[in-house]
Amino acid sequence: MVGLLFIGLGRIITARVQRRIGPPFYQQFIDVIKLLARESIWHHWIMTLGSIMALGGLIATMVHVPVAGWLPYDSGGPIFLILYLATIGYLGMAMGVSASGNPNAPLGIGRALSLMLGYEIPFAAILILFISLTGSSSLTEIAAMQAGGFLSWNIVKFPLAFIAAEITVQAMMAEKPFDQMIAPSEIASGPLVELGGKFLGLGMIQMAVAIYFETAIMVNLFFGGGANIFTFTLKQFGVYTIAILINSVMPRYKIENAVRYLWTVPLALIIIQMLIVFLR
Amino acid sequence: MLNEIEQNRKERQSAWEYVINYFRKRSIWLLHYCTGCGAVELPPVMTSRWDLERFGVGPMATPRQADVFLVTGYASIKTLKRMIRTYEQMPKPRWVIGFGACTINGGIYYKSYNVINKLDRYIPVDIFISGCMPRPEAILAALEELRNMIQRGEAKGYDRYVKNYDWYKKNQKEILEREGSLFGEADDENK
Repeated sequence: MVGLLFIGLGRIITARVQRRIGPPFYQQFIDVIKLLARESIWHHWIMTLGSIMALGGLIATMVHVPVAGWLPYDSGGPIFLILYLATIGYLGMAMGVSASGNPNAPLGIGRALSLMLGYEIPFAAILILFISLTGSSSLTEIAAMQAGGFLSWNIVKFPLAFIAAEITVQAMMAEKPFDQMIAPSEIASGPLVELGGKFLGLGMIQMAVAIYFETAIMVNLFFGGGANIFTFTLKQFGVYTIAILINSVMPRYKIENAVRYLWTVPLALIIIQMLIVFLR
Repeated sequence: MLNEIEQNRKERQSAWEYVINYFRKRSIWLLHYCTGCGAVELPPVMTSRWDLERFGVGPMATPRQADVFLVTGYASIKTLKRMIRTYEQMPKPRWVIGFGACTINGGIYYKSYNVINKLDRYIPVDIFISGCMPRPEAILAALEELRNMIQRGEAKGYDRYVKNYDWYKKNQKEILEREGSLFGEADDENK
């Protein structure tokens, strides 16, 4: 729900950047309800299975991400499990849309997976930095380590790592300049090309959940979690606003350039940050 | 009077349909078929001057995702074939907007040998926008009217297509198989 609200607000922000008024903030809810009430054309039962697997994988990821220090059960926010489960969502989507038989869909999926190859390496480097500092791979502990005011947040302590993570999250959310997988003018919105009606509605909910947990990871890593759900959501929205602002003024990379960029610039930043931290 | 209107509404659509139609009219996704010259009027409607996204209207990339099929301008015989295929790929409910004079009566291509004159004979058009070209205000007015029609449950072009499928198919076949005698047709009418 919050994810859908974020997308709606993001559309307004994009509109304001382009000097438009933009849709109402609840537009995304209207779209999803309309899509879920629509006739859906499907080509193979794998499509249904893939859609549900993608949504299920993302919800399973969400269960392990601590929101303002709160978790459904006491798993402590295991970061490796989160990274592992996050790929299930993509694989489910890949399976589902490949069954549709449209050549644009596997093309988009291929781009998504190669982009994943690009952003997971710098992101893993960031995690290595925090894990070696905290001595724990638990997101709750990483967030708890930053308790005690603005100055102990990781964004202040490790600004270079934050810039690297911001670029990485931009790629994770598939916002520009890393939106190769859904490029509407190029490969007709990629994985979504054959999805209509309920499948597209589920796809939009998936996107909302993905945005929610990616911003939640960022808030836990860099903004010290949050005292309660409201400050946490506010910080999440801050992260999302940065992503949207970059998105609304950027063109698109070619996929090979995007992967090369992700393997050089953010990785270099994070390595410099590591050197600063460990050699001091 | 009010009861009568209520009665009419109930004949056309159930209460559930009425609620869903509210969401449908607030979220219209367009599929542009931009082979005609009318497409040039769309960028101003989309961008900051007239900002179509205020009404939840936006462009979509493929027929599967779109609600409204926007035929901008003339349809030649070659494009008509693609148009029919695109239209049949869209999931229901689907609507068609005929954009510009060319879709109504052929416009300046009235006597052309390879342009169809009445789009409504081949795919069911819900609403026409007249003009060559229509102003952006006309496009907004047409979308407003389409929204009202959707809410009242009157925009049933897709049902018309199913009910009169034979008639539409016959017309389509006629035009698509006419290719032998295409040349010189305009000349014949001038004589």
